[in-house]
Amino acid sequence: MESADLPGEDRREFLRRLAGTGAVVLGTGLLGYGLYDPEGPGPTQGNPPEESLTLPNYTMPEAGRRISIVYGEDRIRALQTAVTALGGIEAFIKKGDRVLIKVNAAFAMPPVLGATTHPDLVRETARLCLQAGASYVAVTDNPINDPSSCFALTGIGEAVRSAGAQLILPREKLFSSATLPGGSLIRNWPLLYEPLRGVNKLIGITPVKDHHRSGASMVLKNWYGFLGGRRNVFHQNIHELIKELALLIRPTLVVLDGTTTMMTNGPTGGSLSDLKRTHTLIAGTDPVAVDAFGATLLGRSPRDLPFLLKAEAAGAGTVDFESLQPLRTNLSG
Amino acid sequence: MRIVTARRISQFFFLVLFLWFCVVSSYGTQWRQLRGWPVNWFMELDPLLALGTVLTTRTLYSTLLWALATVLLTLVLGRFFCGWVCPFGTLHQFLGYVGKRRRDPSSAAAENAYRGAQRVKYYLLFFLLSAGAGSLAAWGIRTVFSHSILPALLAVGTLVLSVLVLFRFLGPRKKAAGLMLGALGFWTCLAFFFAVDRWIDGSLQTGLLDPIPLLYRSVNLAILPLLDSTSQRIHADQRFYYGAWVIGVIFLGALLLNLKTPRFYCRFLCPLGALMGFLSHFALWKIAKKSGDCNRCGLCETHCEGACNPSDTIRTHDCVLCMNCFDRCGRDLMTYAARPSVSGEITVPDLSRRGLLAAFAMGVALPPMVRLSGGTQANWNPHGIRPPGSLPEAEFLRRCTKCGQCMRICPTNIIQPAGWETGPEGLWTPVLNFRAGTSGCQLNCVACGLVCPTAAVRPITPDEKLGRNAYAAAGPIRLGTAFVDRGRCLPWAMDKPCIVCQEVCPVSPKAVFVRERFVAVRNGAMGVRRTEGFRVEIQGPALTPGRFSTGDFYLHVLEGPGRGLHRIAGNGTDALELDSGGPRETLPAPGAPIEIHVRLQQPQVDPERCIGCGICEHECPVSGLRAIRVTAENESRSKSRSFLL
Repeated sequence: MESADLPGEDRREFLRRLAGTGAVVLGTGLLGYGLYDPEGPGPTQGNPPEESLTLPNYTMPEAGRRISIVYGEDRIRALQTAVTALGGIEAFIKKGDRVLIKVNAAFAMPPVLGATTHPDLVRETARLCLQAGASYVAVTDNPINDPSSCFALTGIGEAVRSAGAQLILPREKLFSSATLPGGSLIRNWPLLYEPLRGVNKLIGITPVKDHHRSGASMVLKNWYGFLGGRRNVFHQNIHELIKELALLIRPTLVVLDGTTTMMTNGPTGGSLSDLKRTHTLIAGTDPVAVDAFGATLLGRSPRDLPFLLKAEAAGAGTVDFESLQPLRTNLSG
Repeated sequence: MRIVTARRISQFFFLVLFLWFCVVSSYGTQWRQLRGWPVNWFMELDPLLALGTVLTTRTLYSTLLWALATVLLTLVLGRFFCGWVCPFGTLHQFLGYVGKRRRDPSSAAAENAYRGAQRVKYYLLFFLLSAGAGSLAAWGIRTVFSHSILPALLAVGTLVLSVLVLFRFLGPRKKAAGLMLGALGFWTCLAFFFAVDRWIDGSLQTGLLDPIPLLYRSVNLAILPLLDSTSQRIHADQRFYYGAWVIGVIFLGALLLNLKTPRFYCRFLCPLGALMGFLSHFALWKIAKKSGDCNRCGLCETHCEGACNPSDTIRTHDCVLCMNCFDRCGRDLMTYAARPSVSGEITVPDLSRRGLLAAFAMGVALPPMVRLSGGTQANWNPHGIRPPGSLPEAEFLRRCTKCGQCMRICPTNIIQPAGWETGPEGLWTPVLNFRAGTSGCQLNCVACGLVCPTAAVRPITPDEKLGRNAYAAAGPIRLGTAFVDRGRCLPWAMDKPCIVCQEVCPVSPKAVFVRERFVAVRNGAMGVRRTEGFRVEIQGPALTPGRFSTGDFYLHVLEGPGRGLHRIAGNGTDALELDSGGPRETLPAPGAPIEIHVRLQQPQVDPERCIGCGICEHECPVSGLRAIRVTAENESRSKSRSFLL
């Protein structure tokens, strides 16, 4: 046999193979050992870890707790007047500030139906912020209807563009799991967090609307639009949820538009007959007080709205708006 | 420039154009989103789609007139579309090229040899068109029998002709002619006595294999959502399409077959290519060998895309004008000319009469047979909710080519390709699924009808959709009706407040309204120990602190002072704190029997107002099988499915 003639050759070949096979055997063994998991998945597997993303407080203590009420038909003038009464936009927005405006763009409906924040207010607010030296103004909401349709049809998208601000659509990747410290509902819940990160001022603008479940949809209810996930489960305990939102979201300034009020069929409306001319616009730094006044436009007492009482009890503001000595201006007079 | 270079530029251009149309078919305000781009242009150019709808509807709808240009050009030039324009063909050609790169020329040429199985596509074409031809036949029969004299004349005429044929008074092929005439007579007589047209009907099935709708469907529903899933540049968020994997597997399978045989789909399956094969019979210019000085080297066939045998008797009906033979021939023997090849040409596929008859019979029989399931009649599937503006079901099936454009454009992703919901005929036709997308059907949106190439979903205006202005008398378009499932609904079945459905109902006045009820909670009966201010201490089991503090719970005093309901602000283990706001009568006396009630608003649907938009179903917090669901009852496109008086 040839191999018998060449024992050296044979041995070398065997050693070569031995080295190769040995390396593969060793590698496979090590890989198996490295992947070995004697426990298997535990019961908590799949639950997100307890995260406590907390939001900064966007309020300006030096601006105080104040509200101003302007009576008039012209939203832009009313907004300017209301902000001036609070000390001017410069009292809230400093040079280089980064501002997020939270609108109510919940429904893909034209602005005339009053179901969403009026584009004039968005444009004017963004303009005022930029004029005061803000380096960045963004507008966002997580609407109920399709987001791009909502921003297109409500005119808010166009208003944002024309004012030179940024529109942020609520894409899935912009949400992060957040927890309200001490809260019982907002725990590890997806929050539209990315737009809030990196801004130092937050302004809420929303119309006054009838809302069958909570009683009224105004400034505090509008923070619902920061929530993601299947947030509708919270309707089971809506007053508590709105209270938690009031504690979670501490805005710099809020604007409540009661130029028209959706008296019936809220919060969608859908017909001009659902609206009533109430020609009032409220701005302020205490969202609870602003909402308490807004409730009167709906013909409701703040005492009828448990979420306001809860928010007040939790220290988010006062229902007794008169105690803040609101500055009232009448534009038509 | 070499002719094949020109061809490649053309193919590349049309492929890029097609992909561009897929990318821009997005609803939105950016410049690259729908801004009047003619995104359906390739379907408009598609003569198979045009012919299919002509058979089923006897009209050439709107922009499908473009197909006439393709037909006329094919009549003059041959199958230029396959080799120069068709984006699906371009993909096949490219992958076929990849597959044969390392092959030696003789095996490449062998793979490109003409095979009898290439006739399959012609039979498929016949089958698919026959499935639509039933509509035409039904119309013909109806037209004939709406006159009293015509059918009689026809019957007598066919009988006389049959007799003449049988007694050998007519020329050649008399046997076949006799059989045909006999059959015609038979059917005519049959139709004379029975209303056959009620069961003869067709549906448009060409879209199953027509490469253009197939490509639109595959790219838009299976490929783009995958490619876009990480960057999310085309869609705002991940898109979902039910059964997209089937569409995708068929698409990838068709492409991968090229690694074995180049242009497998085009050669063996493509019904559009088959149609153009017939049309190319009349072409002025055809590929041909110009002199007999050929040594049969086979170079012309190494890259022959159509497998049309250019080295010998060329089958011009299978020639896709790739011009590779032209380019490869070392002796410059091939030409594109207005005279036949010196080695002969076959311009019509050699199909067997039996095969054609079988394909025809299957095609004509299939839609009526499928409808024996009752899917278009009494046994219609209420889950087959069609997009707004859809035609009545039978007419819808005559037009929908399953291209998926409405599913692509729908901003909320609720338009989904049907599986078997609407029967085998309705495979991949659009149905609405309110769980899959991001909302329901948006009130002011009419995008699906505007993009539909065949008006299976009619191009409606928002006014027509919402029943405004000129359409006020007709009322809004209803897709179906929402039904509350009282066994699953939180306020109905679980004593939990909710009414999300009422909140989001977009019509005014709302179609979902609520009835208020106060219901005693489980273990909620107890007694009053004593009262102090607004605090009521209770006798009974210990309470969970805060459980009744949501603002939805009430103390119901059954007897004595303070009888009635008082809103609870909060509770400890043994005391309730009543709301200090609002008018308050006297509080209950110690010992008084009390119950804790929850205030429930229970949703009801007003069918007169419900338009079936499905926003309530989408938003319902019972996230699995929703507690309010839309089915197609009351849809405005078919009166027979209405339960309204």
